[in-house]
Amino acid sequence: MHKHVKRAVAAVLAASLAAPAFAIGGAGASSHATTTSFPRNETVYTSGTAYSPPTNWNPLSIGAYATGTIGLLYEPLFLYDPTANKTVPWLATSGSWTSPTSFDIKLRDNVTWSDGQPFTAADVAYTIGLAKTSPTVPYANLGQYIADVQQVGKYEVVVDFSKPAYTQWQNFLYGNNATPMLPAHVWSKISASAVASFANPHPVGTGPMLLDEANAQEVAYKTSTHWWATKDLGLKLKFNYLVDIVNGSNNVELGQVLQGNIDLSNNFLPGISKLVGGISSSYGLQTYYAKAPYMLSANTVWLEPNIAKAPMSNVNFRKALAYAVDPRQIASVVYSNIVQPANPTGLLPNLASYVDKGVVAKSGFSYNPAKARALLKASGYKGRTITLEVPNGWTDWMAAAQVIVGDLKAVGINARATFPVYNTRVADLTNGTYDLALDNNAGPSATPWAYYDRIYQLPIQGKQTAQLNWERVNDPVSWALVQKLGTTPPTSTAALQSIYAQLEQRTLETMPVIPLWYNGAWAQYNTTYWTNWPSAAPSSNHYTPVMWGGWLGQDTTILALAALKTAK
Amino acid sequence: MRRYFARKLLTYFLTFFVAVTLDWGIPRLMPGDPIAGLLAKFQLQPSSYAALHSSYTKAFNLGEPLWRQYLDFWWALLHGSLGTSIYAYPDPVTTVIEHAVVFTLALLLPATILSYLAGNKVGAIAARRKVLDNTVLPFSYMLTATPYQWLALLLAFVLAGVAHVFPISGGFSYALVPTLSWAFLWSLLAHWFLPFATLFLVGFGGWAIGMRNLIIYELDADYAHFLESLGAPRRLVRKYAYKNARLPQLTGLALSLGTIVGGAVVTEIVFNYPGIGWLVLQAISSEDYFLLQGIFLFIIVGVLLANFVVDVVYLLVDPRTRIGLQGGTR
Repeated sequence: MHKHVKRAVAAVLAASLAAPAFAIGGAGASSHATTTSFPRNETVYTSGTAYSPPTNWNPLSIGAYATGTIGLLYEPLFLYDPTANKTVPWLATSGSWTSPTSFDIKLRDNVTWSDGQPFTAADVAYTIGLAKTSPTVPYANLGQYIADVQQVGKYEVVVDFSKPAYTQWQNFLYGNNATPMLPAHVWSKISASAVASFANPHPVGTGPMLLDEANAQEVAYKTSTHWWATKDLGLKLKFNYLVDIVNGSNNVELGQVLQGNIDLSNNFLPGISKLVGGISSSYGLQTYYAKAPYMLSANTVWLEPNIAKAPMSNVNFRKALAYAVDPRQIASVVYSNIVQPANPTGLLPNLASYVDKGVVAKSGFSYNPAKARALLKASGYKGRTITLEVPNGWTDWMAAAQVIVGDLKAVGINARATFPVYNTRVADLTNGTYDLALDNNAGPSATPWAYYDRIYQLPIQGKQTAQLNWERVNDPVSWALVQKLGTTPPTSTAALQSIYAQLEQRTLETMPVIPLWYNGAWAQYNTTYWTNWPSAAPSSNHYTPVMWGGWLGQDTTILALAALKTAK
Repeated sequence: MRRYFARKLLTYFLTFFVAVTLDWGIPRLMPGDPIAGLLAKFQLQPSSYAALHSSYTKAFNLGEPLWRQYLDFWWALLHGSLGTSIYAYPDPVTTVIEHAVVFTLALLLPATILSYLAGNKVGAIAARRKVLDNTVLPFSYMLTATPYQWLALLLAFVLAGVAHVFPISGGFSYALVPTLSWAFLWSLLAHWFLPFATLFLVGFGGWAIGMRNLIIYELDADYAHFLESLGAPRRLVRKYAYKNARLPQLTGLALSLGTIVGGAVVTEIVFNYPGIGWLVLQAISSEDYFLLQGIFLFIIVGVLLANFVVDVVYLLVDPRTRIGLQGGTR
């Protein structure tokens, strides 16, 4: 009997060790892969974007599609370059308003889909038309403005609008919500209710890469040999594979970057500023700026008061909050200077030209505890406990919350930080049951419209489900100004500047949100295998360095990848 | 014998029913709406938001009343379905677990069984042998008192971070496509070793201490002294002591299965090892009810099965139980 037990144990051990080999290895045979390994010197490894296994390549499933879906596979008509604040013609060669309600798009004539079919006006017309036929697509709000989409020949599309919708249309064309073009010959077979949510496991795109392999750890793409931009723009990817790795914990990510197993990490890695340059240069790490703030700015972090509740409903109380908090302290203590304090308007640096300096000089705020105390007195605040909500596990925001609570206590506000789980915090914000929260806006956009749309969206619903006007400010005047932006032609720059100045003025006077600092476009590169990464230094690569959705294929990260060179 | 098993099986069945009900209910007590959390990341306009929210709610069957969801859950479960994962949408939960479970089994089974066998052997040898006792004992105490995640971090730091002997993260190399090749097998083994070593070492310390103490107790028992006074060789006495001492150890094994599973969870998280434990963290952070349910269901079944196996082994190694069941007298 003893022998039998021993044999049984040995059999169990052998089987359990062999199980992964057969289960995982065997499964690999049925995937897209024709390759079995990704040679190190032919592969760019990225991480910091994916928080779940790659299972979806539908570019309309925003937030769910695998890294690379937009940018490497599917492409929009235009790219937006936030560092230069200009648009780059991509699948389109040009686009212009021929009348206030008519937009003309001219397309490239040598683009092909990865299945060999030509890319034509029919594909563009189909993609735009989804706004009217499918209510689940992210740009369905355009449907109410679009009257007709006409194809003029094979490479020109004219979109007719029933009423002017300049900013909404611009959001469709470029910026971090730019819509990628879909192959009509493939997608028209999919039902209107499924287009935004089906998994699209066999993507057919126009982009520089093809889907090669996906498993729970990573998604891998192989460089395509017929990318239109090689002929048209002289762009060529020097790597044969790009592998994006699903996020691990911060310590694992940091170790992988230091060891050179990851070339580009878009994780927030605390203390990275101490590992770049100087005595640490042996690690071969680089960031966009060689010194503070190290990173490009990605979005504005606000202290968001719940205006539907007292005492946050009092404007003097909100102003007291603004004067009480010292964002420089947060930037240096919490972030080791990899972020920078926000402009009082909260507009990102790429929108600096829209900031009215006169307005900021007159109504802007800065750290001033004495003034905060005076404002607090004027507000009639009686010492009620004010909670500040930050999602649990967002360690940098949690540390920042402690600094903010300290600042608020110092001027006499009885503040306390709470750290509910992410979904509880979302529920508290949508239901309006919070006091204060840290929140951030959508990220770089070509104009401040999205920023103000986010702040002033009306009407206020019982549940503010979309991430708009979570602070519940009821300001019909500002909302009217935001809507007026949508109907003002982009060419009327003077009229637009005047509306923006009014919005900036009103925002500083009523303080619906308090801009604190700019979250960074976290990006650290290891230069062991690939060089010429995006940098502020005089080089050929000033593009965006992040693989995040909205950046890779809609901003200029794809151009940054095309500029990479092999390390010799 | 049949009555014994019938009674055991009934207990297991009741435990299973209650555990599965709790398993279904507890994730739903988490505050917040998982779909709202999912969509909050999308930055949508209100009109698309409403349409997407209702289509997702329908897809995940979350709009139904709770009693209905509960009945649907059992119905689907009996048909082998655990629903769709929110975290790995649109993959079914069974597929997600299937890919992870092999990694966890490959860690847990060898780590549990080998640490049990090796710990018991070493503990038994160390008992009443001064030099060994003075070295093995403190070392074992140290190991068993070490939290899994701490030992895991230490091993990761020393052997992966500093010495570069083992990879730091993942279930296999990021540079490989899973295929049945030697390179892939080697990579699996290299990534497996550190998490395995963590679970093995912590377990080993506990079993060694337990066995050492039990042997000392048994060597002081009357039968041992009697054997010695009869002039039986020392080896024979120790052999009898060992046979008696392993019974409480076996009970201990059944009791500690839960802790071992918990240890696997944190160890997998430290090494980013794509098993069930790592999946638990992902499922919690994305409030994926269905995946969490599926994982815990799997753990429940696993622990119950393991307990059953221990019950059977107990019958095999303890003649008193066996004879008692067969109606014999002691």
